[in-house]
Amino acid sequence: MTVTDTSTRVATPSTVIDGVGASATRPDGVPKADGSFVYSSDEYHDGSLWGVTLRSPHPRARILGIDTSRAEGLDGVRCVLTHRDVPGSATYGMKIYDQPVLAFDEVRYQGEPVAVVAATHPEIARRACELVAVEYEELVPNTDPERSLTGTVEGLPGGGLARHVRIRHGDVGAARARADVVIEGRWEMGTQDPAFLGPESGLAVPLGDGGVELYVSCQNLHLDQQQVADCLGLPLDKVRLVLSGVGGAFGGKEDLNVHIHACMLALRTGRPVRMVYSREESFFGHVHRHPAIADIELGATRDGRLVFTKVRLVLDGGAYTSTSQVVIANGCYFAAGAYHVVDVEIDGYATYTNNPPCGAMRGFGAVQSCYAIESAMDRLAAELDLHPLELRMRNAIGEGDVLPTGQPVDGPAPVQEILSYLRDLPLPPDSDHFAADMRARPGGVGNVTRGEGIRRGVGYALGMKAIGFSGGMDDTCTARVTVWIRDGEPVAEVYCAGPELGQGVVTLEAQIARTELGVRTVELRDKDTDIAESGASSASRQSWMTAGAVAGACGLVRDEILARAAAVLGRFDGELTLDGPEIRGRDGRPLVSVADVLGPESVSHAFTYRHRPTEPVDDERGQGNAHVAFAYAAHRAVVDVDVELGLVRVVEMATAQDVGKAMNPVAVEGQIEGGTVQGLGLAVMEELQITDGRIRNPSFTDYLIPTMLDVPPMPMKIFEFPHPDAPYGLNGVGEPPNLSSTPAILNALRQATGLELPRAPVRPADLISPTAPGDGGAGLARADQQGDPR
Amino acid sequence: MDNLGRDSAVLRPSSWRGAVLLRSEYPDASPICGGTDLMVDINFARARPSGLLDLTSVQGIDSWELTDGGRTVRIGAGVSFTTIIEKLSGVCPALAQAARTVGSPQIRNRGTVAGNLATASPAGDSHPVLMACWARVEVESVRGPRLIDIDDFFVGPKRSALAPDELIRAVLIPAATGAQQFAKVGPRNAMVIATTSFALNLDVAGRRVGTGIGSAGPTPLRARAAEQMLEEAMADRWDEPGTVDESLARRFGALVAEAASPIDDVRGSAEYRRHALAVLGRRCLTWALADLSREAAA
Repeated sequence: MTVTDTSTRVATPSTVIDGVGASATRPDGVPKADGSFVYSSDEYHDGSLWGVTLRSPHPRARILGIDTSRAEGLDGVRCVLTHRDVPGSATYGMKIYDQPVLAFDEVRYQGEPVAVVAATHPEIARRACELVAVEYEELVPNTDPERSLTGTVEGLPGGGLARHVRIRHGDVGAARARADVVIEGRWEMGTQDPAFLGPESGLAVPLGDGGVELYVSCQNLHLDQQQVADCLGLPLDKVRLVLSGVGGAFGGKEDLNVHIHACMLALRTGRPVRMVYSREESFFGHVHRHPAIADIELGATRDGRLVFTKVRLVLDGGAYTSTSQVVIANGCYFAAGAYHVVDVEIDGYATYTNNPPCGAMRGFGAVQSCYAIESAMDRLAAELDLHPLELRMRNAIGEGDVLPTGQPVDGPAPVQEILSYLRDLPLPPDSDHFAADMRARPGGVGNVTRGEGIRRGVGYALGMKAIGFSGGMDDTCTARVTVWIRDGEPVAEVYCAGPELGQGVVTLEAQIARTELGVRTVELRDKDTDIAESGASSASRQSWMTAGAVAGACGLVRDEILARAAAVLGRFDGELTLDGPEIRGRDGRPLVSVADVLGPESVSHAFTYRHRPTEPVDDERGQGNAHVAFAYAAHRAVVDVDVELGLVRVVEMATAQDVGKAMNPVAVEGQIEGGTVQGLGLAVMEELQITDGRIRNPSFTDYLIPTMLDVPPMPMKIFEFPHPDAPYGLNGVGEPPNLSSTPAILNALRQATGLELPRAPVRPADLISPTAPGDGGAGLARADQQGDPR
Repeated sequence: MDNLGRDSAVLRPSSWRGAVLLRSEYPDASPICGGTDLMVDINFARARPSGLLDLTSVQGIDSWELTDGGRTVRIGAGVSFTTIIEKLSGVCPALAQAARTVGSPQIRNRGTVAGNLATASPAGDSHPVLMACWARVEVESVRGPRLIDIDDFFVGPKRSALAPDELIRAVLIPAATGAQQFAKVGPRNAMVIATTSFALNLDVAGRRVGTGIGSAGPTPLRARAAEQMLEEAMADRWDEPGTVDESLARRFGALVAEAASPIDDVRGSAEYRRHALAVLGRRCLTWALADLSREAAA
């Protein structure tokens, strides 16, 4: 059954205000704007202590001893805990328990937690951390993923290889003979940070029964609860998680951060414990986007038809597994891009090193592979002397085409429509740099050019990604909806654990209840682990899954209200419809009010939603129907580059995306703009610079994210081709705009400069054209020939 | 207790005299005005001063005035970058341009030139302009006041000639008499620490050329050879600069780049910085000469 089957029995949409499809305002919007919203860093409890983490200064070292006595002696310190104090499992992890709660034998990345302190004041706790004497024997860190993928590096799990994904479809060897043109290249991507503004934080409150309650910002309450309980050595029912205000996540809050530490401190001291990472600590306290090396070979006929695609993708996962095996799989699934090509060979490697751990981040591996394949497609277009958009349109995937994993594409695949929009959209006018405000020029307020050295470029990219959890996972989401009468009117409460990260799932929950029940007032209950799981707010799945669960629960509530009304009225409930406060008959006449039917009673139902089943791919050839659904987006980037200074102004980012159904059009636009900007950052500035396993720029002073002056206008086309399997026909929205944004800008920069630009993000030195006049025509030698420590 | 530590004190004088006395009495207390540098260090637990000498209530330091018959601008230690942008873009155009590149609007509302000087970072946005304009720093202690030439002020990375008991009271900057430029390179189009920056001052009245280089050495630097070369080239054309000479601008840029002694760091390579300075030197001179010619023609 699809959830919308019963929707014939709900009020017509015209009588519903702020229902599905309306740009309803966020319930948390005003509090977030006026400062009253409680983020996890604001959580407070009388008598709470402060917890602070001591972290390893070394990327790799053996721990010879830890002496906490001096720290414990500091006035105001309530406890100092090390690995010896972890009550349950010594390790945790999203897929594999391999990450120590507190390091016990060896530290494997810079910033790994070694001890935690609870004190009456955060500064006392920080000073106590400095008094913890950890004796380290420094070891040489392994930081080269190319070495790790051989699986032979001593001191790393699996010899350094976390997973090798193989996808084989058709016969690349035979196809090569049919190719008129073959291009190849290597494209690299640095490490992006999720750079959420709300740092990791939470409040743990010990309970009288030996249990603990944790108010925390996270992306999956129940998966976190399981790991916390295991490490605390407590049964699940003694560990209650409540979602606190999340100030952004982007995947970086899928792994645990303060959770276990805060609970350990609270249970040991018997006092509530607050923990809030500083901005600098936050860069060490969450996973990053995997840095990537991609080698691609493409073959095509002279008329621009892809003949084969061969990809080798290496993602460095750093010290611990997190979700690396799944990220590399997802990167490989879409490494051939949104193109129809039969003969495909893809090898993906996720590695272990002593670099900072990497895991989930918006796009989940597909960002790296989209960047690589879209860079390769532009090289192929140049080789064929074809317009890059034309090459893409000739090869765009369509419904019924078979993916490299053998799965036929079903559901709408309107790639031609998406690309046509970008083709037909007029280009922005040339800038008059001498007349324009300096803020419109490359370099912005730095006042570095009045038009000198500026070249314009236009670039395109197309992206495709799976929506929801792939590979045979039985993914569920449960919601409970309760209706009762207040002041003569029905009120609905929605209860669902799907984390609100800022994306707006709470807005949708209320919209769906309004549409399904016709109610005006919807209350949203706090999200916690007392209800069954919702799954993670990740994989662009939460709107889909929550909509299924909430609509399903609403349907059960509505059925019971109508059944009760039918009993009161002596009619068949099939004749009745629910219209807000009224129950109407076949002719639309009101027969009885919901208030009269319910009286003082409430009606409450839970519903568990599942998407269609999928299957894992096989190890040998990577074949299988692994995916629930697919989403597509494309970008056209227009850039101005000062080729003497290497500075960039992105002039415009046009984009088109199929969202199935715009459940909340303003929220959809927000997601598309946000994803586009995050991709822009990855193209031109966002890089965690890591040398010998050490992060060199753990601050917002030196890890730069785009400001208002870096963000251009974003003309946008939102297509709504209903997805047949999804509630309301919706599709996932959050990740697709993050895929094609980065390569579109890189392709535009390549067009503007004539440079190959094999690495993202580009730095100013990379963009200086050898033919630019510069300081005498010589240009700047390439950074990689200068022993630059990247 | 706060991040400053158990024994920390916050001293809040309301008069300049009171501030000077407290500075002498508590030399370990960090002076704070805008707090845009110091508070970052305190919040990141990189600095734990034993106390703060809060200058925000000191009367009279948050104003500016024209002195010396209108030939000099005296900018009080508490004057914000926002005020400089709004009020001083006519008399100190390069300083106002540098002020525009400082941080975000909130930072510009709080931050001051005196704070820039006290921190003495080679990346301080106002420093190249102060160098190019031969600014003097008015400081005072219980031992009395003194003026420090900007060329003597910066002695190392984040180190200045300020004595432990001295406070910066004001900055004296000659009013512009010709054309001035300031340009700053960073990988973001706003709110960015300079990868490198350059200021140029064509002082028509003094027949002098002033330069300043930021973020390309242990201290802000002066490109002396570039100044001398240009002064010689300008000797007979200060009043009628004529058309911009491409090769002159290029030679000037090359000398600016030569004056720098940059390092490789997280914000850019030494090589990129030198290259960028050559470009900035050339462009700034081209713009400044064009401005002078326009004025001469008018």
